[in-house]
Amino acid sequence: MEIISVENLKKEFDGLGVLKGISFTLNKGEVLSIIGPSGSGKSTLLRCLTQLEPIDGGKIEVCSKTMVSTSEEGKVVYADKQTLKEVRLNLGLVFQNFNLFPHMSVLRNITEAQMHVLGRSKEEAARTARTLLAKMGLEEKEKAYPCQLSGGQQQRVSIARALALNPDVLCFDEPTSALDPELTGEILKVIKDLAKEKMTMIVVTHEMSFARDISDRVIFMDDGLIVEEGSPDILFNNPTNPRTKRFLNRYEQP
Amino acid sequence: MGNLLLQMLAGTVTSLKIFILTLLFSLPLGLLVAKGRMSKNPIISNMVNMYIMIMRGTPLILQLLFVYFAPYYIFGTSYDRFTAVIVGFVINYAAYFAEIYRGGIQSIPIGQYEASLVLGFSKAHTFTHIVAPQVVKRIIPAMGNEVITLVKDTALAQTIGVAELFRVAQNAAARQFSTMPIFIAGVFYFIMNALVSRSFDLLEKKLNYYH
Repeated sequence: MEIISVENLKKEFDGLGVLKGISFTLNKGEVLSIIGPSGSGKSTLLRCLTQLEPIDGGKIEVCSKTMVSTSEEGKVVYADKQTLKEVRLNLGLVFQNFNLFPHMSVLRNITEAQMHVLGRSKEEAARTARTLLAKMGLEEKEKAYPCQLSGGQQQRVSIARALALNPDVLCFDEPTSALDPELTGEILKVIKDLAKEKMTMIVVTHEMSFARDISDRVIFMDDGLIVEEGSPDILFNNPTNPRTKRFLNRYEQP
Repeated sequence: MGNLLLQMLAGTVTSLKIFILTLLFSLPLGLLVAKGRMSKNPIISNMVNMYIMIMRGTPLILQLLFVYFAPYYIFGTSYDRFTAVIVGFVINYAAYFAEIYRGGIQSIPIGQYEASLVLGFSKAHTFTHIVAPQVVKRIIPAMGNEVITLVKDTALAQTIGVAELFRVAQNAAARQFSTMPIFIAGVFYFIMNALVSRSFDLLEKKLNYYH
């Protein structure tokens, strides 16, 4: 079942094309990795999906709802407020810099949106939060504040915060890029566990071996375009496009 | 001596009234001004900016005189002196508070807004529950400065004839040919500001549970 469908997505910053016509689909239970050099538009793509950036052309459908489309005259039309709100909750996003709320305890970081957006009771929200914290190995930390946690722990809290709203798709925007190398492993393990549970995910990452391990499909982006797309086996071992080859070579020969 | 102290206490009460009423109105008004200053509408933001420039760029003593006498010249009538003092202080202090709020609001990382948006919080909830609490912590030192200045500025109320602490002290000094009352007034201001200062320290400590 198709959860996300993107057609000819375009995004410009000050007249400069960052996404120059991206099309892809994502099926339920699938893990899609997006790799590519810095500035290729990977993060912008996630930001367009999660409504953090308005798009300049194309169409995005999420869970059979049209979030945004473009008329024949090239006018971009977003769905009504209610639909946009629903779509927002269909997608979860984990940021590179965690963006936890520093003035709230770990528990409240995870319960706040459950209570004020989904309207869950305080008890129910806390129950969900504790279950997720246990899953992240952080059951001891519910009273702590983000500043008292390591980067890896903060990122796990932010994953729990996103999961608490039961998104249909969880998007990761370079989830390990702000972490010390010895802390990336704990985050990658969490994402791997989620993949095992058939969580639908889009992972923008620079961790090639990780992308190869967890993905059902990999997209290689360069200069605002999808250059190559396929199973990790084919894309990493037998890339057809010379740009993909060049990019992967840089990673394999440090 | 006892009589003098009683008079000075009465003056202190007037000073405290000015202090409290000014804070009561200028703290919320400042937020409105800050919002206007940050408005995307250039007409609003320019107008508010002009207001802030006038309030910060001219002496408070002049503003008090203007607030009290301008309506008299324009409409031939004016309000009572105490009200004029409050209006003058409120519009002046709101401008300063607005700039402190603006600095605080703009120092909140954009990631906090993005996380709130992705989690589905409304704009109002994002401001009241995510942004504002963090702003409060960040602006405490600057606010402490401003509030301490306000305690001392209340002495300016005498320019339009409101008998606050300093005026009472000056009158007594003139009557007694002694600088003692003025010195005592100084001690009064010092004690009030010690309390203000201590309150801000406590508030700062209370919010120290995160950084």
